[in-house]
Amino acid sequence: MPAAGVAALIGLADDHLILGHRLSEWCGHAPMLEEDLAMPNIALDLIGQARALYSYAGDLEGAGRDEDALAFGRMERAYRNLLICELPNGDFAQTMLRQFYFASFMQLFWQEAERSSDATLAAIAAKAVKEAQYHRRHCAEWVIRLGDGTDESARRMAEAMALLAPYTGEFFIADPEACGAVEAGIWPDTQALQPAWQADVEQVFAAAKLVPPASVYAQKGGRSGLHTEAMGHLLAQLQFMQRSFPDMTW
Amino acid sequence: MSEAEEIPLWEVFIRPRNGLAHRHCGSLHAADAEMALQAARDVYTRRGEGLSVWVIPSAQIVASDPQDRGALFDPADDKIYRHPSFYNIPDDVGHM
Repeated sequence: MPAAGVAALIGLADDHLILGHRLSEWCGHAPMLEEDLAMPNIALDLIGQARALYSYAGDLEGAGRDEDALAFGRMERAYRNLLICELPNGDFAQTMLRQFYFASFMQLFWQEAERSSDATLAAIAAKAVKEAQYHRRHCAEWVIRLGDGTDESARRMAEAMALLAPYTGEFFIADPEACGAVEAGIWPDTQALQPAWQADVEQVFAAAKLVPPASVYAQKGGRSGLHTEAMGHLLAQLQFMQRSFPDMTW
Repeated sequence: MSEAEEIPLWEVFIRPRNGLAHRHCGSLHAADAEMALQAARDVYTRRGEGLSVWVIPSAQIVASDPQDRGALFDPADDKIYRHPSFYNIPDDVGHM
């Protein structure tokens, strides 16, 4: 991986850390015990993927920043995660739909990244693709059951779709920091993943009897560090321990 | 209506290794078979316990009545000749 790829790796790691943190907020609050284990399970997978990506980015950068320094030691504008990852959880329908959108995208992303000419990225992808495959499956099943469930669950799922639709376009906007790596066959071309993602989402929505929203303006800015108002609050909680007790261990 | 009435109970069986039988390891609530299978994976195989999972609706299990215990099981108590403890097993056979 060329040094220019460091920022792209950090962006991808940020997606996983921030979404993993969001999902972990459900721990102890899920609607049923089984889901109270399933969601933190997924959150831990995401944070594990973030750790591998941060460590690799830190090594490539060679500036002495380890995974903790990258995860906890940056200001808000230095985080490059997609906006959808930082949005508040909302209700269970909104959380599951977001997780389905993301997992469907990441499954496709990791499948491509497994063929990367960069051996480390390919190895991270080989492990992550199995995890993403399960996340997608689990969340898709919930989207189907809530969409094709009771009047209330269908209404909540429709509201979640309307709320999240503007944030899915950012998946497919090419990361300027990754352009060189895409051309070199190291990094997946995210724009090229859109048709497969669209087909996957539409197939699940059809089973869920949900009508996908008409195409909407894509919110963007996460990859340039321009975040929603939710991000500062999230970071305050995420970084508190490391800011208060730097390099703490227990 | 309580949650328990809406969401059925399932029994979970895990096969830890090839060659072993599935063993009952617990139960969980899930709306249907697919969700029960996923919940079983999340609840009972987080530490690498399983190679295969079965889930069975608890309502489908036919159980003996505790009150029938005497009639069903006590008659076996005085038939020690059914235990294979009166045979000399050659050392070469090893553990049986």
